Amino acid sequence: MKAGALLLGASNGMRLTALLRQRDVQAQLAFVALVVLVVWGMVQNAASVEGRDAVQSGFGFLWDRASFQLGESLIPYGAGDTYGRAFLVGILNTVKVAICGIVLSTVLGLMIALGQLSPSVLTARLCRLYIEIFRNMPLLLQLIFWHTFLIRGLPVVRQALSPVDGVYLTNRGLFIPGIVGHVAYGWMALALALGVAAAVIVSRIARQRDTQISAGWRAALVLVPPLAVFLAFGAPLSVDLPHLAGFNFKGGWTLSPEFAAMVIGLTLYTAAFNAEIIRAGIQGIPKGQTEAALALGLHRRQIMRLVIIPQTLRIITPPMTNSYLNITKESSLAVAIGYPEVVRVANITLAETNRSIECIALIMIIYLTLSLIISALLNLANARVQLEQR
Amino acid sequence: MMQQVRTHPPLIAGLKELVKTPTAALMNLVALVAFIAILKPIVEWGLIDAVWSGTDGSACPQGSGACWAFIRDKSRLIFFGRFPLDQQWRAGVATALLVLLVAASLTPTFWGRKLGVAWAVGLATYFLLMAGGVPGLTPVPSAEWGGLPLTILLTVFGVGFGLVLSVPVALAKTSKLPVFKVAATIYVEAIRGVPLISVLFMASILLPVILPEGLTPGGIGRALAGIVVFFAAYMAEVLRGGLQSLPKGQYEACASLGLRYWPMMLKVILPQAFVIVLPAIVNMIIAALKGTSLVVIVAMMDFLGTTKASLADPDWIGFYVEAYVFAGLVYGIMCGAISWYGRRIEKRFVGAREHKN
Repeated sequence: MKAGALLLGASNGMRLTALLRQRDVQAQLAFVALVVLVVWGMVQNAASVEGRDAVQSGFGFLWDRASFQLGESLIPYGAGDTYGRAFLVGILNTVKVAICGIVLSTVLGLMIALGQLSPSVLTARLCRLYIEIFRNMPLLLQLIFWHTFLIRGLPVVRQALSPVDGVYLTNRGLFIPGIVGHVAYGWMALALALGVAAAVIVSRIARQRDTQISAGWRAALVLVPPLAVFLAFGAPLSVDLPHLAGFNFKGGWTLSPEFAAMVIGLTLYTAAFNAEIIRAGIQGIPKGQTEAALALGLHRRQIMRLVIIPQTLRIITPPMTNSYLNITKESSLAVAIGYPEVVRVANITLAETNRSIECIALIMIIYLTLSLIISALLNLANARVQLEQR
Repeated sequence: MMQQVRTHPPLIAGLKELVKTPTAALMNLVALVAFIAILKPIVEWGLIDAVWSGTDGSACPQGSGACWAFIRDKSRLIFFGRFPLDQQWRAGVATALLVLLVAASLTPTFWGRKLGVAWAVGLATYFLLMAGGVPGLTPVPSAEWGGLPLTILLTVFGVGFGLVLSVPVALAKTSKLPVFKVAATIYVEAIRGVPLISVLFMASILLPVILPEGLTPGGIGRALAGIVVFFAAYMAEVLRGGLQSLPKGQYEACASLGLRYWPMMLKVILPQAFVIVLPAIVNMIIAALKGTSLVVIVAMMDFLGTTKASLADPDWIGFYVEAYVFAGLVYGIMCGAISWYGRRIEKRFVGAREHKN
């Protein structure tokens, strides 16, 4: 802005000096100068610290080979792969635990919220008690407790606890039946995506022509393509039960104690907050809305679907967005119990390479990006549920 | 519910409420069974079968209930960490003083010059008691501060300095001057987008790198710096909400009285904004109290850290459930007390304000 003014000849030069005399402008310039000076000093100081020089800094180390193993990973990873790949493993693990936490804490939160609003006084009290207990204890304490419990409180593999056949709880992890992977599943996912797209397009066209297609047709559009693919492949479905082989269980799906502790802890803690958000959302709808709907002759279910739920969604979407962002950020506490997500990977990398500035910058960039993606997605959802304001 | 005229004594009315409709009666029954099913083992474990005294792990054989003897034996360590044993009363008194000062500061009636004096005297006494170094009080280096006093120190000063920092940030964010507005927005959004632990890492690992030697604060100072920078961003948002919810007439009235920016902010706008955001600040204190437990990850001995440390005693092996349940209870009681106090203040001040306007 100021540089532009400088270029515009002599008459503007006087305007510039006049501008510079204003105290607002002086204060802002002084602030910028101060920030530049502080940052410059910090960079100088960081550069002068022993062991850091131009060759060593920068993010080039991401292509170097790492020598550590990671406990679990969604993509193949072993010692000898690059640091960059280790970070990718960390990101995927963060996303995995965040998605599990978001889904489960929403379901549990909804159940507790409904319990609180139920006609039964005792149920409401019980739900209230749950909320007060779980939201007033630090999440880290809960995570450490669950992790300690899962590795110290559960029996060894030989005496595995088996509440249901095929489910084994041991101090090495939780073993549950898994579905054997098949090529068909990839195609089914694609077919599902196409089906959803078709449903969206068809209902948009229908809306433009001022008609509506029924929910049944929409469900059919979404569900038939993947089902057809499934049958076309000859319905490949086989469940793999975990079984004892040697010193450990083989087969099925394994949840590591770290992952299980993260999901349990995040779910129980966040469900308490989500329950409060949802309850406030339902209670935030004036009673007159229900009464008006009754007066119009709507059924209970119609009132719920057409009047209460749309308005509740409008109220709870922004705070739920916040809650989901919190889960994603709080999954970083996994570093304390050794679940290999972003912060843990960065921490190990930092210890191995001594690139403290780069590693911390990476943590921040990754979380900022994740936060931006989540808020962008949920802002879209929010735009859909919000009332059109005049 | 409000208009219902109670003709029955409360007990009978309560019982009637339980069986108002068949569904409610059934659900109450299910809830009662669930409640008893959950409560019975907890009571048996925690009270009936519990062991209350003993000097080592053999006092609590396998199969007995909660081993509260462990907590009793380790309570000094859990509450005060490595603070010298014969000096722990000092940490206790100092922390109680700090809590009293905060409780007084949360009440708008006390806001004024006298409170400032009380804080000055209180803080001097606090640091004198904690650090010592005068005749009669042996010096205790800050590296030995730990346990509950450290948790409360980090919470109180984290929120306190955070509030101080949040005022200019909130003003900058609502300001018309572009440089300040942009700088404040970048700061607030960047901090709110990253987890607390990354800010703590930054404070504990990066501060020694980017600050010249001799200027780098010690362990507690660095953790505190991280907590302040983190919570200040959230409090700035809260405060900005308060500033924006004040009616425009307040600003216009100040302008017509010829008040300049700073007197207007300090004497008219901010005091009102603070009363409005008081409940949110109380919530912030609870979040900060829980958040300080993260300093364990950067190897500090706060209340959670000392609880973990108590588990390392070879005389008492395997009493982690007792330790974490106890720590959870203490945190729960503290958070519960703060939110109860907050609701009381809210009723008295914020509600009253809304009524008048």
